[in-house]
Amino acid sequence: MSVTGPRLQPTIFELGRDGRGGGKIPHPPADALDRLPADARRSRPPAIPAMNEPDVVRHYVNLSQLNFAVDTGFYPLGSCTMKFNPKLNEWAARLSGFADLHPMAPDEVAQGTLELLWELEEALAEISGMQAVTLQPAAGAQGELTGILMIRAYHSERGDTGRTEVLVPDSSHGTNPATASMAGYTTITIPSASDGGVDVDAFTAALGPRTAAVMITNPSTVGLFESRIGELLEAVHAAGALAYMDGANLNAIMGRFKPGEAGFDVMHFNVHKTFSTPHGGGGPGAGPVGVGDHLLPYLPTPRVLRADDGGYRLERPDERPRSIGRMRSFVGNTGVLVRAYAYIRAHGAAGLREVSDDAVLAANYLKHRLADAYDIPFDRPCKHEFVASAATIKRETGVRTLDIAKRLIDFGFHPPTIYFPLIVEEGMLIEPTETESVETLDAFADTLIAIAGEAASDPELVRSAPHTAPVKRLDEATAARHPNLRWRPMAGAETPCPD
Amino acid sequence: MPYGPHTSADRERMLAAIGIDSIDDLFADIPEALRASPLDLPPPQPELELASRLTQLAARNRTDLVSFLGAGVYRHWSPPAVDQLLLRGEWYTAYTPYQPEVSQGTLQSIYEYESLMAELVDLDVVSASHYDGAAATAEAALMTCRATRRERVLISRGVHPQYRATVATYFEGGLQLDEIPLVAEGAAAGTTDLDALEAMLADPANPVAGVVAANPDFLGLLEPMPRIAELAHAAGALFVAVVEPVSLAVLAPPGSYGADIAAGEGQPLGIAPQYGGPFLGILAATEALTRQIPGRLVGMTTDLDGQRAFVMTMRAREQDIRRDKAASNICTNQALLALAASIYLATIGPHGLRDVAAMGAARAAELESSLAAIGVRRVHAGPYLNEFAVGVRDARAVHRRLLDRGFLAGLALADAEPDDPTLADALLLCATEVTTSADIAAFVAALEETMKESAPPLVTAAEGGPR
Repeated sequence: MSVTGPRLQPTIFELGRDGRGGGKIPHPPADALDRLPADARRSRPPAIPAMNEPDVVRHYVNLSQLNFAVDTGFYPLGSCTMKFNPKLNEWAARLSGFADLHPMAPDEVAQGTLELLWELEEALAEISGMQAVTLQPAAGAQGELTGILMIRAYHSERGDTGRTEVLVPDSSHGTNPATASMAGYTTITIPSASDGGVDVDAFTAALGPRTAAVMITNPSTVGLFESRIGELLEAVHAAGALAYMDGANLNAIMGRFKPGEAGFDVMHFNVHKTFSTPHGGGGPGAGPVGVGDHLLPYLPTPRVLRADDGGYRLERPDERPRSIGRMRSFVGNTGVLVRAYAYIRAHGAAGLREVSDDAVLAANYLKHRLADAYDIPFDRPCKHEFVASAATIKRETGVRTLDIAKRLIDFGFHPPTIYFPLIVEEGMLIEPTETESVETLDAFADTLIAIAGEAASDPELVRSAPHTAPVKRLDEATAARHPNLRWRPMAGAETPCPD
Repeated sequence: MPYGPHTSADRERMLAAIGIDSIDDLFADIPEALRASPLDLPPPQPELELASRLTQLAARNRTDLVSFLGAGVYRHWSPPAVDQLLLRGEWYTAYTPYQPEVSQGTLQSIYEYESLMAELVDLDVVSASHYDGAAATAEAALMTCRATRRERVLISRGVHPQYRATVATYFEGGLQLDEIPLVAEGAAAGTTDLDALEAMLADPANPVAGVVAANPDFLGLLEPMPRIAELAHAAGALFVAVVEPVSLAVLAPPGSYGADIAAGEGQPLGIAPQYGGPFLGILAATEALTRQIPGRLVGMTTDLDGQRAFVMTMRAREQDIRRDKAASNICTNQALLALAASIYLATIGPHGLRDVAAMGAARAAELESSLAAIGVRRVHAGPYLNEFAVGVRDARAVHRRLLDRGFLAGLALADAEPDDPTLADALLLCATEVTTSADIAAFVAALEETMKESAPPLVTAAEGGPR
């Protein structure tokens, strides 16, 4: 196989030439900076490369072509819900009224955005069965911290200060225990049950007067609905603790299960997963948080409020003293929330339920298609994603899940999430989403089955994959042992001072 | 559903293959008692109608005002190349580069971002990235506690009030945050009170992990950063500089005055105000703190053929590996905004960035002298770059009346700093390269008329008014 397609690119630092660029803004007066004290001034200008716009454009277009993306192909990255990102939503977020609005502009000039945010809060509360929603958290992980800090405030206000522990299953996202630590709690990790779900008996045994909260992902990180969740929530509340739901897998259950109705006290939404805001190569997201009545006083400030005259306003600082405070500057990742709003309005109730139905149908179909070639450790109907395993293939051929993932690249597919959750040997977490056609699902299944065949007939071909990507497998050990984290300009290559 | 491909025949085929009759069968594991009540949402809108609804909502925001509002978010000219390149699906519909072989675009762009930002702040290690300036400042404050194994941080009241509030929230888990007051009057008014800082650092029973100060500060003033760094270091504390990246084209960078960590808001680098986000949290540190810095790091390496390539590295700091021992819970954050900042810097170039900063300084000086001509004077005496506070009696009401005339008269400081009596009647005004001389002339004329209309005589600092 020959390497074709996009080529690796020089860095922008190798493309810069003194004297290039300019023409973007008027020249300032020569004495513009003379009034600044000399010791406050920069003595050596930053070595930013000087480039002209055509070179900049070509550089970033060529670089982009080294990426795999939802817009270029099937991206079944489990736990990440890589669904199609509607183009209408990008258009909307760029409308000047949304994009150019200053976050400290007075409420009276921000009524359009405030109304949108208020309606979005209402919609998310309805979808989750929660009483109220804050849109402030910038991402799911920040939503988790928001939720756990609210739980902390709840216990502390009740004088219930002996609660120092947060229980999480060993299959949880890493953000759950990391969040508990940031909030000053000790994490107690509970091993999963053999069916991949929460071990309700082990959880119940670990609950006690020291438990502040449990953090549960439902459907779980292996894509299964926690059928005994009602029992678990009762035990949690009986122990005086609160239940946090990690909403990463909400795409499976819209219109079918409302966490607030079931008894969860707080949950976050990942709008870049469920509500199709783009993943951006690793952000931006937004992590709204819904709460039940008893946590409402602690929501971060400012909330969006509707006045009696039908207008909207932001809560003033100190208007609600029991709030946990601010999680970040301003009201939230509004540009992302505009996209989420558009997505929800495009679907309505029936559409969102159909999203979840189709996501679950696609995952079960794909699981069924792969059942003969791969191990399926949890053989019951899954939700929006499922785990397949190459444990048998590895035992018989030496080919690992990592190799299979890399081989998928040669066939034009993005690999699934691999080796997560850690509880499954040689696991791959596959999430097709509802926006992939059955033809795509079949092509992916056929390819994975063919790779299982290759593992037996030509294991070295699989072990040395990918063969057609712009680069081969990387030397990650050297990268970590001798970190090179920034370009070092060569001596004499500094951009001369424009003064 | 508007974006789903499945026909009813497709669904039938999938159901038949699975061997079930109905999609409902796939949800049979949800106990009856826990099944959702019907979803009650507004009906779906076809794209045409939804576009119309969104256009109407956007039109109800007034972005036509001539604005002098900064206060942490700055309007700049962003070359259209920036947004047009961001709109390529290969950038914005990809995810975290877990599979480096098919993510070299994102990985190289992050490495370039780390390198560009390292140049701007003059520090070695740049994390890519954090949610915004406030969250980055909070992470910086937490870093100082981890690195020194102390539990108390001092933050200047010159740091943006929303950043201070955010750090306070992040410290709820059991750390102590104390505010350093500002000098109340005289030549240094509005900047960090160094005597107070020295006294706060001197308590041996309560050692300080880090000192946080901003340059320019929230009131637009230049702070004595080298002196604050010295005081912090003498007490064994680390120094966190909160900076605005465009200003670093002309102001001394954190590395030059001994800052251990730099944090800041990257929004001015080509990112639209968007009513508060998504923005870009900048977080950088000295090499000594590499293993304490949270967030993604991308490094240069080679592939098995020896080609230069890029990969996420030093992952043992991160939540998905270390879980409860991780440096932070941060994972997905602001990669696309880091890309926007890089494209902006590459497009505007080193001389362009200096011109942006210098033009803002020039327009601000023009604004200051035009205001002085109608008797409106600065509240503080110290040097500023492109933002400053002026004394205006009944500032909130004047601010509101100017909206009707089409002007956004900066920020009424009483709204942001209600506890500071020196700012009760003050407006915080900023100018950038997008501010024109015509804007300034029209604004000053409107302000003069507004003040006359409302009759109360103008009081300035010189006359004993707000300081």
